[in-house]
Amino acid sequence: MGSPVFIAGAGVISAIGNNIAENLAALENGVAGMSEMQYLRSAHRHKLPVAEVKMSNAELAELAGMPAHITRTALLSAIAAKEALHNAAIENFDELRTGFISANTVGGMDKTENFFPGFLNDPHKGRLRNIIHHECGAVTELVADRLGIKNYISTISTACSSSANAIVFGARLIRQNMLDVVITGGTDALTRFTLNGFNTLMIVDQQHCQPFDENRRGLNLGEGAGYVVLVSEKVAGSLKNTPVCVLSGYCNANDAYHQTASSPNGTGSYLAMKGALQQSGLQSEQIDYINLHGTGTQNNDIAEGTAIKLLFEGHYPPMSSTKSFTGHTLGASGGIEAVFSTLAIRHGLIYPNLRLETPMKALPFIPETHFKKGAAIRHVLSNSFGFGGNCSSLIFSKA
Amino acid sequence: MFIQAAAGISPQPSFGALLTEPAVYAGNRLNCVEPDYGQLIDPKMIRRMSRIIKMGVAAAMDCLKTSATEMPGAIITGTAYGCLADTEVFLSKMIENREELLTPTAFIQSTHNTVGAQIALLLKCHNYNNTFVHRGFSFESALLDAVTLLQEQHMSTVLAGAADELTDTSFRLLSRFGLYKKDISSSKALYDGAAKGTIAGEGAAFFLLAADPSGNDYAQFNGLYTFYKPRDVEEIKKNIQSFLSFHAIGMHDVDLVITGQNGNVHEDAVYEQLAQTIFKGKSTARFKHLCGEYPTAASFALWLAANIIKTGEIPSCTLAMSNDKRPRRILIYNHYQNTYHTLYLLSAC
Repeated sequence: MGSPVFIAGAGVISAIGNNIAENLAALENGVAGMSEMQYLRSAHRHKLPVAEVKMSNAELAELAGMPAHITRTALLSAIAAKEALHNAAIENFDELRTGFISANTVGGMDKTENFFPGFLNDPHKGRLRNIIHHECGAVTELVADRLGIKNYISTISTACSSSANAIVFGARLIRQNMLDVVITGGTDALTRFTLNGFNTLMIVDQQHCQPFDENRRGLNLGEGAGYVVLVSEKVAGSLKNTPVCVLSGYCNANDAYHQTASSPNGTGSYLAMKGALQQSGLQSEQIDYINLHGTGTQNNDIAEGTAIKLLFEGHYPPMSSTKSFTGHTLGASGGIEAVFSTLAIRHGLIYPNLRLETPMKALPFIPETHFKKGAAIRHVLSNSFGFGGNCSSLIFSKA
Repeated sequence: MFIQAAAGISPQPSFGALLTEPAVYAGNRLNCVEPDYGQLIDPKMIRRMSRIIKMGVAAAMDCLKTSATEMPGAIITGTAYGCLADTEVFLSKMIENREELLTPTAFIQSTHNTVGAQIALLLKCHNYNNTFVHRGFSFESALLDAVTLLQEQHMSTVLAGAADELTDTSFRLLSRFGLYKKDISSSKALYDGAAKGTIAGEGAAFFLLAADPSGNDYAQFNGLYTFYKPRDVEEIKKNIQSFLSFHAIGMHDVDLVITGQNGNVHEDAVYEQLAQTIFKGKSTARFKHLCGEYPTAASFALWLAANIIKTGEIPSCTLAMSNDKRPRRILIYNHYQNTYHTLYLLSAC
């Protein structure tokens, strides 16, 4: 597939930890991040568990080195992006052509929904400071400015596949020699807007979610951010820490079935996985682990499972949904799961699918339920599927 | 890269109307002249669509119709604000009903990728589908995605465009930020006097881009370039010159420059300085008195430029200065709020 794109660093913040080390420890110890709402103020507080990052905005702001009054979406983004850049340890960063391509779905909605009640009462009321960063792009920009990235900035929003598409676009700009380094992934904070939106669709679980379980009831919403640092072959060769991972394949396809529901056969999911395999030049039996989209909704898991059945028949690799730990972080999920995928390759890990009790009857495979260390992981497939039929799959491989 | 078709829904009824009788607006708010959607979209689907979705989908369908394309290789959309009307509906209901008894329709359609998704759904198009939401670079990001996709993969066409809507609420809020002129009698007077503020606009425009010529193209799309927060006008000049050099031409090869003046003295200063230096003596055209200012307004300029090259006619209502030459090569330079700067180059096929 032409010149390879290397992963030089990664950073993550989620309900199970504020950095890579904390996330890995929780994944190893089987500690999930869902609990009763502590930070989001919502009427559903005692009814709907959520997977919150366990810090107030003031604490996040201190960690991010940014003002506490700005949107939580940007604070989460800055923390994970800084960790990714720090891990990449690119010495001549300032001399390179750098980009920040970040995804999100809520933008500054956490602030807008505080502004709106006053505004609805009186259109002259409400502090403008609370809506100045409403746009999704504003979130990216706050962080790009903080990181000093200027050559290229952009924002993608394709619902739950947003981050994966940001990574795809970033990789393409490196392959076409337009940029040397791209920090890419995504961020989303919990908001009443999204919580209530998903709740009206009746796909939010009132208990802790059970992805790929026969008796699954829905998803838990989460929040967080995850980024990888993509670099060209030339930059990769100049680094002290030689990258252990490349992005070997990717594909974006559309289900074209329904605005919010997946087609029963998972057409979009199938096309995305198949396209990513084709691009990487790999056969399905060469995939060592699948990080599932696995939201825990009836609809997603059967569609994704059916597509996997079609594509992997006879050679089912270990697979799991880490949303059983982090909840569904929407625009951030593809970024967080890309980080988990690269860590699986680096450390030889397979993550467990928590709370699996009864495997789905319609599927001939069972997700992994135990944490495994020391596995030979060369190729990982990561799925991100969303509203609007947007389906994207990424394949990470050992460099 | 070639523009096989260009379609726009804007405060102007059509390109033909721009040549003969452009729409003139009183006040500081321009809304789109909406077409008969029944000609372009399945009537069963129209009923459920909000205004921005209808505008975006109709522009896309018009584009496909013009180029007789059944299935584009990719669908890529840029929108700065997303589906504002549906966002407001869900947000207001959520607050008024205290998070109880809500229905999902507005939430479902508030998602930023709804326009692109609805186009895919209507066409049953399983191909690449992406949506960019980066303020004054939303449309440019979509185009860069399209261009690099056409370069990387051997797909024949990409449908790329932009859509942004102006609602009562967004107009009210953006007015509170002081974006718009308070007393303007006619959109014709947008550039008169040295005053603050601009006029509000909206629109949707889609383009069918192809790697190879079809023999019936609007124009050749030579490329685009964006730059963020330049330090000063010297850096802007440098960027324009290196963009032209990259395409192996100089300013003397450009027949028409379309620039993004919006009537705000603080934002137009850059254009004035360029008019006196590197754009001196050039035919120049302006467009924001026709479509208003909004983050994806450059999509209107690209639609305008593609039509000018195709027809060989420059609407006199756009001309700031003319040397009566049939334009074979057009440079567009636009900036949004002095932050997002964009260059496009088009030429005759």
